[in-house]
Amino acid sequence: MHIVVPMKQTVDLVEELELNDEGTDVEREYLKFVANEWDEQALEEALLLKEATGASVTVVGLDEADVDQTLYAAVAKGADRAVKLTGDFEGGITSHQRASILAQVVQGLDADLVLIGVQSPEDLDGQTGVLLAGTLGLPHVSVAIGVEPHEGGIKVSQEFGAGVVHEIAVDGPAVIGIQAARQAPRYVAISRIRQAMQAGGLEERDAPEPAEEGSPLKVRRLFAPEVTSQAEMLSGDAEDVAERLAQLIADRGLIKA
Amino acid sequence: MGNDILVLVEHHEGAVHDSAAELLGKARELAQAAGGEAVAVLLHDGSAPALAEGLPADRVLSVQHATFEHFLPEAYVTAIAALLAEREPRLTLIANTTVGMELAGALSARTRTPLAAYCIGLELDGDTVVATSQVFGGKLHAEVELGSGIASVVAGAFPPAEAGGTPPVEELAAPAGLDGLHMRFLRRIEPEVADVDITAEELLVSVGRGIGGEENIELAQELADALGGVVSASRPVADAGWLPKTRQVGKSGRKVKPKLYIACGISGAPEHLEGMRDAELIIAINTDEKAPIFDVAHVGTTEDLFDVLPALTERIEAAAKVA
Ligand SMILES: Cc1cc2nc3c(=O)[nH]c(=O)nc-3n(C[C@H](O)[C@H](O)[C@H](O)COP(=O)(O)OP(=O)(O)OC[C@H]3O[C@@H](n4cnc5c(N)ncnc54)[C@H](O)[C@@H]3O)c2cc1C
Ligand SMILES: Nc1ncnc2c1ncn2[C@@H]1O[C@H](COP(=O)(O)O)[C@@H](O)[C@H]1O
Repeated sequence: MHIVVPMKQTVDLVEELELNDEGTDVEREYLKFVANEWDEQALEEALLLKEATGASVTVVGLDEADVDQTLYAAVAKGADRAVKLTGDFEGGITSHQRASILAQVVQGLDADLVLIGVQSPEDLDGQTGVLLAGTLGLPHVSVAIGVEPHEGGIKVSQEFGAGVVHEIAVDGPAVIGIQAARQAPRYVAISRIRQAMQAGGLEERDAPEPAEEGSPLKVRRLFAPEVTSQAEMLSGDAEDVAERLAQLIADRGLIKA
Repeated sequence: MGNDILVLVEHHEGAVHDSAAELLGKARELAQAAGGEAVAVLLHDGSAPALAEGLPADRVLSVQHATFEHFLPEAYVTAIAALLAEREPRLTLIANTTVGMELAGALSARTRTPLAAYCIGLELDGDTVVATSQVFGGKLHAEVELGSGIASVVAGAFPPAEAGGTPPVEELAAPAGLDGLHMRFLRRIEPEVADVDITAEELLVSVGRGIGGEENIELAQELADALGGVVSASRPVADAGWLPKTRQVGKSGRKVKPKLYIACGISGAPEHLEGMRDAELIIAINTDEKAPIFDVAHVGTTEDLFDVLPALTERIEAAAKVA
């Protein structure tokens, strides 16, 4: 079995998100980018499947800020191949465009299974995985919390609200949107990532052109939400804050003897 | 393209999901403005009459097939894609649940129509549908135009329409392709029974990724003990195994409404807010002043949780002795 895991670099949400001059996107140039956390979950699930079945795992990333780090980390963790798709992605691309590029690449890689993060923080026009499946005409299961071998195919655990889970058997090639791997993503030491980087082996190829979208979304503007119930922000140091909070909790009659 | 607004009605175990009334309320408003109907789409294995009763829709489109006994992604996508191609609605509204995350993107790709995801607002501006969507974990909102297309809507974005009357039900033939599917429903697993039922607790000290590691949960536990409450968590904390899954608050966890919810190191992603925004008193401790948790909190501080928690525990313990 050949598993492909597309990995996306996304804005680190802890950063201050400044807008571009047009106010239609974040100012990407100065932002810090990290691997989409759900793609990391997808990679972990792929590595677990590799351990269980001897599958091979290929990670694929667009040439976005710090993608080398992400791809080499995946190799250090156990991915067999890493493919970087070169092109100009600095201005960001839509999920539909990403899905279109990946669809062409995944076909070329002869994948039996695509595991991809269930979402990313930038999915304004939808999640990449389900768009990819729709583009390829492949079956898809979203919000998966486990993928295991099952009667020659796979068995996917799909999570619903309040913790209800469905098990679904899937035959043949499919795309699965991973919410969480069966175990927390494994840790890999920086030194091992450096070793992988020194060994090299990242396969670089030109990213294919995305297909034209029929009628793409038009972004009018991005803005910080107007806060509806602005929190009262407490000033002072932690001791002052604790004092005020304790008082507030006491005033509500919530302190029990 | 017509002027109807379609709503996919989600239902499980014979009950219509809360999202249906919220989406249909909005659909009615938009349909009236656009000169069309609010149309509810029901896929089912024979339960349509009961499900359609009281739906606040102008019309119900019903597709019956044995495979709709349970939610099976491929079956739903096949049937609704066929329906959309035939009906060409102005707009299709889908809740951003697991079911919706499965359908919205698949239908957008298959029918080549645009999709606005994580939608919290929908208006008609002349002939243009304008959607407002949450992006970047709720830190920013985007206003987008879609001529026609699909919107996947965040829970609680629109007030629910009142149930009433029974709309006419139009039966449609099941499309081809439902008998040769590549997936099969195996079983449904109910959530495990919790050691603690966080939905029944009045005081929750809730920890997020900011707590840094399992060894620090203790800090929250001590405060919870002093208050006579329990510790709950955001999803990453439960996924990492630092606390049991049954303590998770949010979209895929439990919905809670305690008297006091202290969010410690929780950013306030939309999926988390869905589960706790109705708490009576929300206190947020988060070093990032732009964290969306402060949009729903009543009181907040940007002091470090590692300083605030022990200091607060000490004071609550002292006050409890006096009380
Ligand atoms: C289908 C689906 C369902 C989901 N369901 C849920 C759900 O049920 N519940 C849920 O919670 N999430 C859910 N999520 C995940 C959700 O999108 C977020 O990823 C998650 O809520 C983030 O958790 P967090 O706030 O703990 O972590 P982060 O977003 O990483 O936030 C950590 C915060 O801690 C702060 N911090 C760090 N250090 C300190 C410190 N020393 N003192 C004070 N503050 C500090 C940071 O400023 C940051 O804001 C779901 C996602 C999907 C796709
Ligand atoms: N796929 C599903 N199958 C059965 N029940 C579900 C499913 N999804 C949600 N529910 C139930 O619907 C209720 C509300 O779900 P939600 O509003 O999505 O959190 C809960 O009691 C869940 O158990």
